[in-house]
Amino acid sequence: MAPGKTIEPFWWSLFSVGGVVAAFLVPVHLFLHGLAIPLGWVSVTHARLLAFVGQPLIKVYLFVLIALPLYHCFHRLRFVLEDLGLHRFRAPIAVLCYGCAVAGTVATLWVLIRV
Amino acid sequence: MTVPQSARPGLYYPKMPLGWWLRRPNYIRFMIREVTSVFIAIFLVVLLIEVHMVAQGPEAYAAVVAKLRSPGWIVFNVVALAFALYHTVTWFKLTGVVQVVHLGERRVPPGLVVAGAFVAWGVVSLFILYWLLVRS
Repeated sequence: MAPGKTIEPFWWSLFSVGGVVAAFLVPVHLFLHGLAIPLGWVSVTHARLLAFVGQPLIKVYLFVLIALPLYHCFHRLRFVLEDLGLHRFRAPIAVLCYGCAVAGTVATLWVLIRV
Repeated sequence: MTVPQSARPGLYYPKMPLGWWLRRPNYIRFMIREVTSVFIAIFLVVLLIEVHMVAQGPEAYAAVVAKLRSPGWIVFNVVALAFALYHTVTWFKLTGVVQVVHLGERRVPPGLVVAGAFVAWGVVSLFILYWLLVRS
């Protein structure tokens, strides 16, 4: 990397994109999968869900839905930890947080490819 | 001129007590907004597990749904939904400030940009519900 340049803008752009995805898509899925389906307000059969997740476009959608907000979340967590006074651990906190987000991306890809 | 690549020179961190954010309602709201993201992340991991279990077969999927029916998870998801909505509202409000939209020569007022985001959000959410529940 060129002197004086940092990778920060890259993480900030992922933070921003993930924030948009989380704002638009997460509430309705949380309502559906977290409350409506478990409590039996609506019924979605397993066969129907299986047919859904097998489609390539749905897989792309699920990747966007699950992987991108993770960068948003861990970016925020990083700065919360710093704001709580852990400035001395800036580097390890950043590595740990973004490492978790990258691990989440790999896990998401792994699950979606095998479905 | 060569600039040595130092670790972000000039950053100054004032010494703050651990509970600095408890001092003002504004600071507390800021912290809550930041922490909402943890709940969203946990939900997304659960969702990924659900997708995985759907692939494992009907029994595995039914077991996950049964687990999510337990009081602990219902409470978690109610809180997480409230936090997710809080994130949506704060994010859209920010969008009005950050995202400058021009229509011809004139700038669209921020309030209208925010309103547009909410309308788009409603449409997207209804479409997802329709797609998953109605359309066969």
